Amino acid sequence: MEPVKLLFALTTVSYLVAGVLYLTAMIGKREGAGQLGRWVLLVGIVIHAGVFAVRHTMVLGTPVTSLHESLSFFAWCLVLLFLLLDLRFRLSVMGAFAAPVATGLMMFSAFSPDVVVPLNPVLRSWLFPLHISFAFLGNAAFALSFGAGVMYLIQDRMLKSKRFNRLYRMLPSIDVLDRVNYTCLSVGFPFMTLGIISGAAWANLAWGSYWSWDPKETWALITWLLYAALLHGRLTVGWRGRRAAFFSTVAFMFLLFSFLGVSLLFDGYHTFEVFSMP
Amino acid sequence: MNIVVVGLSHKTAPVEIREKIAFEADTLAGRLAQVLALPSISEAMIVSTCNRVELYAASMRPEQACAELQRFIGECHGVSADELNAHLYSYTCQDAVRHVFRVTASLDSMVVGEPQILGQIKTAYGHACDCKSAGLVLNRFMHKAFSVAKRVRTETAIASNAVSVSYAAVELARKIFDSLENKTVMLVGAGEMCELAAKHFVRYGVSKVLVTNRTFSRAESLAESFDGVAVNFANFREQLHRVDILLSSTGSPDYVISAADLKAACKIRRYQPMFLIDIAVPRDIDPAAGKIDSVYLYDVDDLQGVVQSNLKEREKEAVKADQIVTQEVGRFHDWLSNLTVRPTIVALRKQLEEVRRKELQRTLSSLGNLDEHERKMLDAMTSAIVNKILHHPTRLLKQRDCDDDKLRYLDAVQMLFDLSVQPPSDDLPELPEE
Repeated sequence: MEPVKLLFALTTVSYLVAGVLYLTAMIGKREGAGQLGRWVLLVGIVIHAGVFAVRHTMVLGTPVTSLHESLSFFAWCLVLLFLLLDLRFRLSVMGAFAAPVATGLMMFSAFSPDVVVPLNPVLRSWLFPLHISFAFLGNAAFALSFGAGVMYLIQDRMLKSKRFNRLYRMLPSIDVLDRVNYTCLSVGFPFMTLGIISGAAWANLAWGSYWSWDPKETWALITWLLYAALLHGRLTVGWRGRRAAFFSTVAFMFLLFSFLGVSLLFDGYHTFEVFSMP
Repeated sequence: MNIVVVGLSHKTAPVEIREKIAFEADTLAGRLAQVLALPSISEAMIVSTCNRVELYAASMRPEQACAELQRFIGECHGVSADELNAHLYSYTCQDAVRHVFRVTASLDSMVVGEPQILGQIKTAYGHACDCKSAGLVLNRFMHKAFSVAKRVRTETAIASNAVSVSYAAVELARKIFDSLENKTVMLVGAGEMCELAAKHFVRYGVSKVLVTNRTFSRAESLAESFDGVAVNFANFREQLHRVDILLSSTGSPDYVISAADLKAACKIRRYQPMFLIDIAVPRDIDPAAGKIDSVYLYDVDDLQGVVQSNLKEREKEAVKADQIVTQEVGRFHDWLSNLTVRPTIVALRKQLEEVRRKELQRTLSSLGNLDEHERKMLDAMTSAIVNKILHHPTRLLKQRDCDDDKLRYLDAVQMLFDLSVQPPSDDLPELPEE
């Protein structure tokens, strides 16, 4: 096996093991498993960084140009942000969401064609890595806020209906979930904004225009507006709780569509083939 | 040696019988001496709580011991055998061990998982220790029972969910607010239940208590007991927005707090969640308030429902706990049944013989060319050493048959030499005669 493939597989296994540990911590109420999961995840993210380092030397540029690499980079950002969030909230329940999702992304990535695409020289610019880093960190933060939002809705439903199942005992209080949802939103939004701005600047450098209503740009703008509305609602109107959680799950659906749907369904700058065009 | 249990509990006897045969704490010493005087009882302890009266004993003749204990209970309290026997249960051997483990782990309690019983049994054991009526077997037995209880508590969720209404309210609050610190509780009306729940909340960190009541002086005195503030009943609604948790129990026939009051309060507090507990019947808070997004409204029936489902959860956990008990009964039974002379001596000899053989082998192989005679000499010498060493211990262990001291020796020998004693069976090899 090539070293890069081996590292990739090791990463996936680490995320998988961490996911199992976090789920054990949640279902079996074993705090120790969650702490172990955190360490496994930490090992995983370091190996994962190695994957990108190796790929970087292979293409002599930012190694995020194919779907394979994008998904893998998404997973890396997700784990990174989760670990940072964990520093503040110590919620192994979020790990039971983040680690399995990261594992899923890695598997998805493993099944999409792994081609090393040297970047078209026209597109080489310091703005490109900046653009994708911001964009994916934003995506990852919103994914976490989505996770917390869904958990909020479940917990809220049970508290309101007064019918409790096992999940009720596993999930934390709605107060914590709301704060996590908000924290992720307030981290994700600036990232997304910077991602869009750096993308526009880069487009201007490469194609000579800041904005060309490419489908991805359009959908990203819609998503950005949704998140802007949510953040505004939270900060000024005092939205919180169920409404905010619900809104953030809807907005994330738009985000998913503009990340995956648009790239796969429409033509435009952001389809992955475009990078290899001479 | 066997464990014997004779007694009755809330499951087999009504309170009229239980109160008749309960043992008073100050008579226990005398009673324990009487039990020990019974011919077939070697060790004993008495557990007497409002829900159960039980005698635990160690005996070489379990059947006879049961009969003696049953008679003893009747005679002690002047209850006829006919009246008593319908309610008494007696267990011997493994059944007795299982019963005591289950009782101690609170699996046999009226409210499964309640923690008091463990303390009560510890007290009972303490009395037995003071009166020197607990010996090697009961000591080991009780310590095992306590460790089983601990295992059950840590490995199952048997005691983790609230089974009282007021505590259920605290648990719910912690699923809404996470931490109760810096939260404000308001008591509307001064019912006893409210007061109890408020006490729980304060114990879990609530920092501010507001009290309102139609009779202001009552509100003031209650507020004082919580270091809180009394609020005038006429305008307590103006304070609603400051309240995170509200406990209501007025005697009012109509709703005291309307949905509109709460809607207004929610807006002022920017939709931070409010937890409302309506303990009053008829209810104080308009049920429509529960439809407001950030309001979580629970009435008495809702809380009762939570308690019921928690009880069911405990019963599920009790199944897991019983598996732990079964495991531990097996272990204890092994220890107890191995506390007999012959298997211990066999195991001891086997252990030393093993050592001898290994060392002999090693020496012979390093010495190299020895003739047959020399080998035999070495073999005979090492055997003689082992036999000489074992001579006195073996004789001591074999000396008398039923004696507490001997059990101590057996236990000590097994521990000192780390023996794994095989349960006694018929095809044991004959003990060599010295």
